[in-house]
Amino acid sequence: MGVIERDPHTGHGTTGHEWNGIKELNTAVPWPIWAFLIATVIFSVVWWILMPAWPLGDTYTKGLLGADVRQNVATDLKSAEEKRSIWASRIEKEELSAIMSDSELMQDIRETGHALFGDNCAACHGARAEGGPGYPKLTDSAWLWGQTPDAIFETIRAGVNSGHPDSRFSQMPAWGRDQMLDRKAIIDVSAFVKSLSDANKGGNGSPEQLAAGQKIFVDNCASCHGSDAHGAHQTGAPDLTDNTWLYGGDAASIYESIYNGRQGHMPAWESRLSNADRKILMIYLLDLGQNSP
Amino acid sequence: MISTLTDTERQIALVISGLLSLVGLVLSAAGRHDPLGAQGFIILAFGLSGVFLVISGFHLPEPTEKRFSHYYDEPIKAGIIIAMLWAIVAMFVGDWVAWLLAYPEMTFDAAWASFGRLRPIHTTGIIFGFGGNALIATSFHVMQRTSRTRLADQLSPWFVLGGYNLFCILAVTGYLMGVTQSKEYAEPEWYADIWLTIVWIAYFALYLRTLARRKEPHIYVSNWYYLAFVLVVAMLHIVNNLAMPVSLGSSKSYTVFAGVQDAMVQWWYGHNAVAFFLTSGFLGMLYYYLPKRAGRPIFSYRMSIIGFWGITFFYVWVGSHHLHYTALPQWVQTLGMTFSVMLLVPSWIAAANALLTLNGAWHKVRDDATLRFMMVAALFYGLATFEGSFLAIRPVNSLSHYTDWTVAHVHAGTLGWNSMIIFGAFYYLVPQLWKRERIYSPVLVEVHFWLAIAGIFIYVFAMWNSGVIQGLMWRTYNNSGTLAYSFIDSLNAMHPYYIARATGGLLFLMGAVIGFYNICMTIRSSPAAAKTRNEQPATIGQSRLRPGE
Ligand code: HEC
Ligand code: HEC
Repeated sequence: MGVIERDPHTGHGTTGHEWNGIKELNTAVPWPIWAFLIATVIFSVVWWILMPAWPLGDTYTKGLLGADVRQNVATDLKSAEEKRSIWASRIEKEELSAIMSDSELMQDIRETGHALFGDNCAACHGARAEGGPGYPKLTDSAWLWGQTPDAIFETIRAGVNSGHPDSRFSQMPAWGRDQMLDRKAIIDVSAFVKSLSDANKGGNGSPEQLAAGQKIFVDNCASCHGSDAHGAHQTGAPDLTDNTWLYGGDAASIYESIYNGRQGHMPAWESRLSNADRKILMIYLLDLGQNSP
Repeated sequence: MISTLTDTERQIALVISGLLSLVGLVLSAAGRHDPLGAQGFIILAFGLSGVFLVISGFHLPEPTEKRFSHYYDEPIKAGIIIAMLWAIVAMFVGDWVAWLLAYPEMTFDAAWASFGRLRPIHTTGIIFGFGGNALIATSFHVMQRTSRTRLADQLSPWFVLGGYNLFCILAVTGYLMGVTQSKEYAEPEWYADIWLTIVWIAYFALYLRTLARRKEPHIYVSNWYYLAFVLVVAMLHIVNNLAMPVSLGSSKSYTVFAGVQDAMVQWWYGHNAVAFFLTSGFLGMLYYYLPKRAGRPIFSYRMSIIGFWGITFFYVWVGSHHLHYTALPQWVQTLGMTFSVMLLVPSWIAAANALLTLNGAWHKVRDDATLRFMMVAALFYGLATFEGSFLAIRPVNSLSHYTDWTVAHVHAGTLGWNSMIIFGAFYYLVPQLWKRERIYSPVLVEVHFWLAIAGIFIYVFAMWNSGVIQGLMWRTYNNSGTLAYSFIDSLNAMHPYYIARATGGLLFLMGAVIGFYNICMTIRSSPAAAKTRNEQPATIGQSRLRPGE
């Protein structure tokens, strides 16, 4: 044991130990610390008495309040469902025109649709349904599968190339990769396709090239895209004469679409979202489209 | 380095390096169709450099008897430099991923640059690379000084330091290739885990052997904390990493635990990694360097005792507070929460003991940035432990969990507490170990201090705000009875805070770079004139030597 000294600053004695110059005071533990410790212990004991706390073999102390997280979640979900069902059940039952002319109901749809769309659809279609390369914009008039409420609802339910039994099939063949057309033919038909939406009609192709392209188009493409190239909702083939492009309207993207083909994938939501939710989304999209410039 | 080893130690070092190379060779052959092959090559290269290093110094004369009467500081010096290198790399990656969160497209379409792979490089690099090396280095220093004895042998410290860093390197290079167990803070795969176990046992043995040689009747508080750190981390590491490799040639393994048990074991590990790696070990550091620098006795020995046992006892219960409102049975959550609340008391006792120790030395805190680093560390320790206990309360947790609030909390701890105490300890140690008059530039220490403070405040306030906003957005219902915001709305709301956070992190990183420069320049400056004192542990027959500092 070393010598017990007194620290001049605090007046407390040391323990008499010393390590490489470090000493320790033997200061008593200040009372607030004990008080604080006791308070936290009391808090814990009270909590243990009220709540599920200690294991007892294959069961546990249930606590006086009978709290149970699983039950809490179940009741919370149920009461939320009840609150919602007041208006949600109307959506399932009522006619579209009635719903869309009821401003209060539409307010519910806009609020709910925003979160539903944000959590389920925005990752592909963009937060405001503005689309992006490979993912269609959902607020314009260029619909691949039709703009009727039923068509939109059906796309959401069954998806596109989704594996759902009623899925829509979107197959743009790979003309180049699968050797159905040679390189020159693809270049020609690309130029033709580009000329369809180009303001000065000629695009960059010579008249001979466009003529050759047109012929290839009529022979190979018209069956899906239509002889006027306006697309067809039965095949999901896009209108090639407008300025809306799913995969891009520059020469390289068009060439790529034709050479390697395209098979967009849109998941089926039937098993993931309730009927009411899907209907809300459909109306939400229609509403967005009406209100977007 | 080799010149300080005895002949026998050199032979053993050669054998170990040779064996390691062999293991590396076997793994790289067995795992040639797997990332394991590349990892094997790293082990092989590491082993071969060991062999080369030992051979190059093999025929140097053995150290003289006199050398053995000095403290063995070479591994400490190496540890400090390695720790600083990790700090800079890992903080850089940390800031990178912070920017990545603000601008997620910044991944160059490369798998290695994705958030999921870079993030563990940051956490492993900073916790294990920076923190771990600092712990090892300072523990070697503290155990010798407070025991007044030299390290038990010359080889084990190098084995521990080198082996540990091999583990860290395997870990971070593995992440880049997508190798991970997907357990937070326990990402490294089975072969790295086995290796760390061996290294850790050597560390523990070295510590005990050195303590057994001590010339002081009592064991100083710091050593309790360091020992708790080494012992409990060994236990956590082994249990949480129990896993079955797919094959000897595969880096993938599957944990032996399933479902909620797996989650519980993981967070028992995860939280106690915070407790015993980032708290216990660092309190060991605080308890030595702060009184030393302040020149004051520890405020209360009794508070040291209840602080230590309180922390050690309460901490091991609280891991389940990471799993509130999950499939984990509620009674386990209750225990985690209540023990977290009680844990606040011993944590604050430790912080208060440190701050009260400064009574009578506050003028030094004002003038000496090194001591100020340590003081701020103690403050942030108090703040972070309060916040931790608070966040563990279930209703609070229902708001904070999974949000940036947790990130704010962690960084108040790691930046404010862990990094600050390390920097303080290093600024104290470097001039001493290299026998320099003083640090190269006290002004730069001051600059580092204020950069660090600014960085922490910007970081933590940004994440507090962002976390609370996020939590509120996730739980706000609108009149229709549905959630008002989609997840992506909350992400958009985070964007400005992410930029602020990344800026705060950048300031902190700049501080660390300046610190490293200052340390290097101190080492390069000329040794303190003539009065170079050789510190010696007391040798038999000698009067009690007070290694003056
Ligand atoms: C994985 C990405 C993805 C997600 C998620 C997704 N979609 Fe789609 N969606 C697509 C793609 C791709 C198409 C175009 C399919 C094609 O090539 O015909 C599409 C098409 C559509 C269409 C038809 C567009 C048209 O022009 O006819 C509607 C309507 C639609 N999506 C609605 C939704 C809704 C509502 C959700 C959320 C519940 C959703 N989508 C989620 C990828 C996605
Ligand atoms: C079997 C039906 C089918 C045939 C035949 C077909 N297409 Fe398509 N095409 C589609 C479908 C469906 C899509 C939309 C793919 C998607 O949504 O993923 C498409 C998409 C395209 C696109 C991309 C449009 C955009 O908005 O980005 C171009 C360009 C195109 N087709 C050109 C052609 C040309 C040229 C031919 C003839 C060589 C052709 N298609 C033949 C079905 C067809």
